[in-house]
Amino acid sequence: MKTFALFLEKLLLTPSRNQKIAYMVQYFREAPDPDRGYALAVLTGGLSLQNVKPKLLKDIVLEKIDEELFQMSYDYVGDLAETIALIWPDHGGKALPTLSGLIDELASVAPDKLPTIIAGHLSGATATERWAIIKLATGNLRIGVSARLAKTALAEFGGKTLDEIEHLWHGMECPYLDLFAWLDGRAEAPQVHRHRMFHPLMLAHALDEEKDLGGMNPADWQAEWKWDGIRVQLGLGEGEKAMYSRTGDNIAHSFPDLMKTLNGRAVLDGELLAGRGFEPMSFNALQQRLNRKKPGQQMQRDYPVFVRLYDMLFDGDEDIRGLPLHERRVRLERWLAANPNPQMDISSILSFHSWQELAEIRVRGAEEQGHEGLMLKRRDSVYKQGRPKGLWFKWKRDALLIDAILMYAQRGHGKRSSYYSDYTFGVWKGNDIVPVGKAYFGFTDEELRELDRWVRNHTVERFGPVREVEKQLVFEVAFDSVQPSTRHKAGLALRFPRINRIRWDKPAQQADTLENVGKFVRQ
Amino acid sequence: MDILRHDLYIGPAGAYIDPHFPVEKALITHAHGDHAIRGHKHVLATQDTIGIMKQRYGEDAAKSWQPVAYGEKTKLGSLTVSFHPAGHILGSAQILLESPKQRIVVSGDYKRGFDAGIAAFEPVPCDIFVTEATFGLPVFQHPDPLAEAQKLAHSLAKFQQQSHLIAVYALGKAQRLISLLRAAGYDAPIYLHGAMVGMCNYYQQRGVELGDLRRPVDASKEELKGALVLAPPSALKEVWSRRFSDPITGMASGWMTVKQRVRQRGIELPLVISDHADWNELTQTIRDTDAAEVWVTHGREDALVHWCRKSGLAAKPLRLQGRDEEEEAA
Ligand SMILES: [Zn+2]
Ligand SMILES: [Zn+2]
Repeated sequence: MKTFALFLEKLLLTPSRNQKIAYMVQYFREAPDPDRGYALAVLTGGLSLQNVKPKLLKDIVLEKIDEELFQMSYDYVGDLAETIALIWPDHGGKALPTLSGLIDELASVAPDKLPTIIAGHLSGATATERWAIIKLATGNLRIGVSARLAKTALAEFGGKTLDEIEHLWHGMECPYLDLFAWLDGRAEAPQVHRHRMFHPLMLAHALDEEKDLGGMNPADWQAEWKWDGIRVQLGLGEGEKAMYSRTGDNIAHSFPDLMKTLNGRAVLDGELLAGRGFEPMSFNALQQRLNRKKPGQQMQRDYPVFVRLYDMLFDGDEDIRGLPLHERRVRLERWLAANPNPQMDISSILSFHSWQELAEIRVRGAEEQGHEGLMLKRRDSVYKQGRPKGLWFKWKRDALLIDAILMYAQRGHGKRSSYYSDYTFGVWKGNDIVPVGKAYFGFTDEELRELDRWVRNHTVERFGPVREVEKQLVFEVAFDSVQPSTRHKAGLALRFPRINRIRWDKPAQQADTLENVGKFVRQ
Repeated sequence: MDILRHDLYIGPAGAYIDPHFPVEKALITHAHGDHAIRGHKHVLATQDTIGIMKQRYGEDAAKSWQPVAYGEKTKLGSLTVSFHPAGHILGSAQILLESPKQRIVVSGDYKRGFDAGIAAFEPVPCDIFVTEATFGLPVFQHPDPLAEAQKLAHSLAKFQQQSHLIAVYALGKAQRLISLLRAAGYDAPIYLHGAMVGMCNYYQQRGVELGDLRRPVDASKEELKGALVLAPPSALKEVWSRRFSDPITGMASGWMTVKQRVRQRGIELPLVISDHADWNELTQTIRDTDAAEVWVTHGREDALVHWCRKSGLAAKPLRLQGRDEEEEAA
């Protein structure tokens, strides 16, 4: 880390382009693997530690320094990284980890441990080392070296042309061991085979509606069905094809019928499903195939498979995991158009404008098509291995049902404004009925007309657009959860309620009680 | 009547400390241009301060000179005055003003770190401490000066084809850098810009070992390759510096702490070597003097005043004009 810090400082302070190149060449010559590879990734912007935010650093330093003194210093210095590096009051002179050791540590440490780890290193470092650590951690170098200049230095170091470097570049990965071996003259030019390796998958968190949805803006999110097959990664290129399970096992041999149709060059993420004409069969059907190492002809005919694509990691040899999801999606669509395949399609994006609307879509999908839930992915999410926080969610079906009694009906909006399509319903509390929720009707026009007629014929009283009706008709109401609520007379509120069915057959006396509903309240 | 006014006029003695306009009677802390000017009638200072003033401004820079030794007590009106080592440059002193009721120390410029041949700073207990604050922000924490000198020696060893052109102030910093380099084991000749020569001679006459010093005009182009050349900051951009082919430019100063500033000045090799106290030395020194009241003459006084007040001390900024921090011997 010491060498790297001095190297970074020299790059910052050297105005001359040639001198910068000379310093980089010298560094590549003298620094060991894998440090020089990490340094190269840093210089080319291919490395960022996204969990170290300037705010975090400021919080750490304010535990040690008077806030007013810090602010005066920041005003004077003008650069946060440098202010913190200089103002840090402890100078332990402890040995720092190597560059690669430090990066690995910062990238993998649990977020709650991060402040202590960083503070420890800052205390062990000199001012210039601190400056380098903070620059590194925040990814904001500002040292006047472009990725292109770094590659130019790399070419000069290895006696190659910049073109040769650029050609290989997208196939290379930090810490660039093959690349340096070639530039050192110890090995042949590295072969680029992105598809020959398994790249760990990006996984989703389970959505906690209460905690997560509130802070999420629907416009930022892409929704898809959660398909009920197995997650696979396809590595395609040069006549070689691999299909990896989510644990990285190559399962291609079990699916010769699928593999022989695959073409093109890419690394793709998708769901393996059993089905014909892109109509998924049950998971059971897929299970038949998964059990067979070598499926016979009969098996292949009875349980054909296809892949429904979600995402793209490499477009050709280009690593696009750092692009936002919406851009990867465009790449994926373009790629499939160029490599059409009868056993491959793309998971479609669901259109929605509010979480309420999406909740209804989710329930309908569950009931009409048996979907097990939805995937929500931030439109700007990069493809990050593991289970990064706050980027992808799965929203599984877990609807709860009660029988409630229709109490009031209200005219709807838009094309439904002539119908009573907005309903308040309640449950028994002793001999009274107390309202527990309100929902729109989500079924066919035929049913809506029938219900509208019932409302008009059973009106007890009218308040403007609202009619109170006789307490006779039972709705089966689905909802996601029940929360205690002081705003409602019942003392609780249903979350995302929707009317599932009209129980023309059910007498109101058999509707649920408030006590029953209360049992759904999550502890 | 107060002993000392905020413009550092000593009422009971009818004298000023470090005035930047000619006066009848001046007490001079040290010979830097922002503290010592020509044209006073009577000057009271240490022998080295007087010696340097005479060398720079001429024998007639003052009408009469009164040299005092460190610790020697002099009666001035109703006060007793004495000079105490400040550790800043050769001859630099803090001035203690004593009345039966009060002790006031005016620090001038000072540092706490080692400087070969310079009497080390001595904390003087007092009621009011008048301090500088050139580096009065907690971001200024000067590193070990010997390590900084080794950085230069290392660069000289590594880039033997390039001259190293290092900007230093002629009085104090130049001699300190040379001493440090010698301590770091660098024994090659060191080349001096003309502006450096007089002061280096003076230091050598006073017994400070500086080793083999030469003038670049006397050297061949070949000799200057890979050589170390010291020049005042202003010479870096002048025609004078063009005789060195492809030099590495550096500067030795406390201002070299902030990298973005270093970059703006076009300095490639910053050496954080300062003859002024850094933040930790300033606050430590204030504690050491045990003063209940602190006046801050010049520099980043707001932060130091804030610190004093938070530490329970009375403090005020004097905002003295004419103290030049950026270009002088910081
Ligand atoms: Zn001075
Ligand atoms: Zn000064």
